[in-house]
Amino acid sequence: MSDSSNDRKCEVSLTVNGEPKTVRVYPMDRLLDVLRNDLGLTGTKEGCGEGECGSCSILLNGQLVNSCLVPALQAAGAILTTIEGIAEGPQLSALQAAFLEAGGAQCGICTPGMILSASHLLHKKPNPTLDDIREALSGNLCRCTGYMQIFDAVMQAARRGNSA
Amino acid sequence: MRSDPADYQLLAPGKLQAVISLLADEPGQWLPIAGGTDVMVQFAAGKLPARKLLSIWNLPELQGIEISPDQITIGAGCTYTELRNHPVIAREFPLLASAARWTGGIANQNRGTLGGNIVNASPAADSLPALLAYEAELILISVRGERRVPYLNFHTAYKKMQLAPDELIQAICLRREFSGFLHYARKVGARNAQAISKVCIAALGRLHGGVIGGVIDDVRIALGSVAPVPLRLTELERVVKGKSIDPELVHLAGKATAAAIQPIDDIRSNAKYRAAVARNLVAEFLQQLGGSQGTP
Repeated sequence: MSDSSNDRKCEVSLTVNGEPKTVRVYPMDRLLDVLRNDLGLTGTKEGCGEGECGSCSILLNGQLVNSCLVPALQAAGAILTTIEGIAEGPQLSALQAAFLEAGGAQCGICTPGMILSASHLLHKKPNPTLDDIREALSGNLCRCTGYMQIFDAVMQAARRGNSA
Repeated sequence: MRSDPADYQLLAPGKLQAVISLLADEPGQWLPIAGGTDVMVQFAAGKLPARKLLSIWNLPELQGIEISPDQITIGAGCTYTELRNHPVIAREFPLLASAARWTGGIANQNRGTLGGNIVNASPAADSLPALLAYEAELILISVRGERRVPYLNFHTAYKKMQLAPDELIQAICLRREFSGFLHYARKVGARNAQAISKVCIAALGRLHGGVIGGVIDDVRIALGSVAPVPLRLTELERVVKGKSIDPELVHLAGKATAAAIQPIDDIRSNAKYRAAVARNLVAEFLQQLGGSQGTP
């Protein structure tokens, strides 16, 4: 890269999983790459890179987004939650525990996105129907489980009344 | 191959005045980007010709849904999530609410905007037939001022539209005059979420006196994915208006539909299937309208 293009980098400050961070990035860097490469948060996965598969789902100011479709500059000042911010220290969240118990994770690539989408749903709707769960996760593709165990996991977590 | 972010400029002026000034200073040089659900896909694929981008995400002047007694004004920056959750849209403009629910998944609905869907100008976009059926009006803004254009002829050819290089869509206006109409929307695709439509329809109709068996006294029918632009089928509407709905009329409507559309073969479907589905959707709409007494 040339010096002149390097000048295009800008400072972006954001809050990630409760911690304030400042990164020096290109405005058009994908938020996904900023998380993985600049902040070392590799729990957020890249699947399709075009907003179809949901592997890179995170919460941006409480809204579920595909981080592969968010330019870094648009995240300036934002509050982000990634999969690394879901567990409480070493303690799995109820949703994560339910995924383990129900067999909702196999290869694991879709799992962080599934957990974030499910978490977004349960914050909005603590007592979802199966249709609510299906719709909430319709933007997250899984090629291992066949989805039923994932829906079971979200239902179990909802029944235990823990939305995280 | 993926684009190199170092090759791209992105500015976020934060105010509408600053955005339209930049658009006016270098017309055609800046590409506005809202939620990125289309632009970032092209960027990722290395297919984004524009090198200078202007963020209009969260621009306050493009936000909000304003309700007045006669019309609703939807900020071009409103997301699908905002559209589908708005009680007046759900009640009075259900074709738009349904389309918002069918577009992408939740994450894309949180970022995709109605204005973005219009200027991306995909003939397969789910929300655009609804805007045609409701006879939306667009408010376009530039440093030269504001102008209003009917959405009906906004798209002039594939991805071409009546938008000057220095203009931005500020808002979409819908008149609140569709109570008593049957609102019919359907998407035919591999699945509702994520998959783009093979064919979609948005149609409105009302029978004379609101009674079963009455003649059609008002009707608007629009289809997506059957032509280079989202298509309002005005000739079909002329064929069925003033008639009572029977098998003969449904047959004539099918012929008028076939005459109006120019479906193509592509990765999602083929022309023959699309033509058959388009006719079937129009038939289903008319049959439902024939048995309807109007919706409150």
